[in-house]
Amino acid sequence: MQRLRALFLAPARAVNLFLFIAPMAIVLAYSLLSRGIYGGVERPWTLESYGRLFDPLYGGILLRSFWISGLSTLVCLVLGFPMAMFIARSGARRNLYLNLVILPFWTSFLVRTYAWMFLLRDTGLINTFLQWTGVIHEPLPLLYNDGAVILGLVYGYLPFMVLPLYTTLEKLDKSLLEASADLGAKPWVTLTRVVIPLSAPGIRAGSILVFITCLGAYLTPDLLGGSKTVMIGNVIQNQFTSARDWPFGAAASLALMALVMVLLIVILRRDKEQLL
Amino acid sequence: MKRHALGMYAVLIYAFLHVPLLVLAVFSFNSSKFTVWRGFSLEWYRTAFRDSALVEASINSLIIALVASLLATVAGTVCAYGLWKRSAPVLSESLYLSLVTPEIVTGISLLALFQWMFRFLRIQLGMHTVILAHVAFSLAYVVIVVMARLRTFDPSLEEAAMDLGATEWQAFRRVTLPSILPGVIAAGLLAFTVSIDDYVITSMVAGVDSETLPMVIFQMARRGVSPVVNAISTIIVVVLGGLVLVSERIQR
Repeated sequence: MQRLRALFLAPARAVNLFLFIAPMAIVLAYSLLSRGIYGGVERPWTLESYGRLFDPLYGGILLRSFWISGLSTLVCLVLGFPMAMFIARSGARRNLYLNLVILPFWTSFLVRTYAWMFLLRDTGLINTFLQWTGVIHEPLPLLYNDGAVILGLVYGYLPFMVLPLYTTLEKLDKSLLEASADLGAKPWVTLTRVVIPLSAPGIRAGSILVFITCLGAYLTPDLLGGSKTVMIGNVIQNQFTSARDWPFGAAASLALMALVMVLLIVILRRDKEQLL
Repeated sequence: MKRHALGMYAVLIYAFLHVPLLVLAVFSFNSSKFTVWRGFSLEWYRTAFRDSALVEASINSLIIALVASLLATVAGTVCAYGLWKRSAPVLSESLYLSLVTPEIVTGISLLALFQWMFRFLRIQLGMHTVILAHVAFSLAYVVIVVMARLRTFDPSLEEAAMDLGATEWQAFRRVTLPSILPGVIAAGLLAFTVSIDDYVITSMVAGVDSETLPMVIFQMARRGVSPVVNAISTIIVVVLGGLVLVSERIQR
C-alpha cells in the first residue's frame, strides 16, 4: 500500500512544493533584499522593507483596509444572521434556499463586481431611474468611493458568512428555545440570550472568513473604489507593476499572509469543526 | 417567532444577491447603448462575437481551463485518495493554506517564481505559466470535494476486492474510483469554473500571447460600462451557473 500511496501523493506534493512553497520562499527572500535600480531585487540583505510597512502613508492604507474590511464584515453579519436563521428553519427546502445563496458565489466574481458598476455609475440604472422619477436632478456619486467598495465586498462575500452561521444554527437544539419560551422569555430575549451565544462559533468563523477575504481584496477596490480607496491588495499589486519595488511588495504580501494566518489559527484552535 | 417577517427579509436578500445580475442580463438585450430600454436586440452579442480580441481571449481561457482543470482533477483525486488512506498533516495543511492565501499574494508569489525561472532557465511567461498557476490554485478545491465523497465510501468494499485477489491499483481503479466518480466530476467542474473565472492571479502570470477572457473584460470594465461587456457577462453567468448546477446534481 505504501508505494501506491506515495505515488498517488507525489503529483500534489510536487505542485504544492514547486508552485506554493517555493514561490513563498522566493517572496520571503525578495522581502529581505534591496530594490534594484531597474526593478527586481539586489543585495545587500536588509529588513528595510519591513520597516517601511510602518511608514505613515502605508499605515494609513493598512488602517483603511482594516476599516473597510471590518465594516463589510459587520454588515455581512447583520445581513447574514437572519438569513441563516431563515434557511435553518425552512425544513425540507433548506438545501434549495442555501443553494440560492451560494449559486451567485460561483458565478464569476468579476462579472458580479461589474454588475455594480453598471448599477451605480452616473448614467447607471439607479441614477437614471431616480432622475427619470424626478427624485434627483443631478446624478448621485454612487460609484468610486468607500461605500461602493463595501457594497461590492458585502455582495461578494455574504455567502462566506451565511454558510458557517447556517451550520451552527442548524445544529441548535430546538428544545432550548422552547425551554427559554416556557420560562417566560420574550422572543427577543431568547434570541440575544440563547440563540446568539450558542451560535458564537459560527459568528466567529463567518466573521473571520469574511474579514480575511476582504483584507486581501484587490478587484473590488480597483473597480468600485475611487483613486483614494486603496487597500493592501492594491498596494501589493502596484509594487510589482508600476512602482517596481519588489522587496516592499514582498514584505507587504508576507505581512498580509501573516495576518490571515494568525486570524485563522485563532478560530482553528477554538472551533476546528467549523472550517474543514 | 415571526416567520413572515423573516420570509420577507429573505426575499429581500435574495433580490440583493440575484437582481443585479438579472438586470445586467436584461440590459444586454437592449438596443440602446444607454441605460434606457429601447427595444430587444442581439446587436451587442453580434459585436462581441465579431471582436477578434474577445474571441481569441475566450479560446485561450477555454484551453487553459480545460488543461488546468484536467491536470488538477487527476492530481487532486489521487491525492485525496492517498490522504484518505492515511493522513499526511503537512501536505493537507499546506494545501489548506494555499486555499486561504489571498489571491493577490498567490499571484505575486507565482510571478516571482516565474521571473526567477526566466532568469535562470529562460522560461517566458505564456499559456504554460497560466496553466501551472491555475493547477496550483485549483488543486486544493479538488482535494476537498473528492475527499468529501471518499468519506461516504465504505472502505470494506476495497478490502473485499483485495481479499478476492485484486491488487491495490485494481481495487482503486475498479472499485473505489467508479463509486467516487460523481465527486471527481463535480471537482473537475469546480476546478474548471474557478480557472475560467480567475482574473487576479492570471493577470500577474500571463504573457502577451495568453490574455484570458477575464483579463479582456477587466480592461473593458475599467474603461467604463459597455453593452458588449453586459453581453459577455451574461454569457459567462449562464455558462458558469449551468456548470455549477450540473456539478451540484452530480454530487448528490
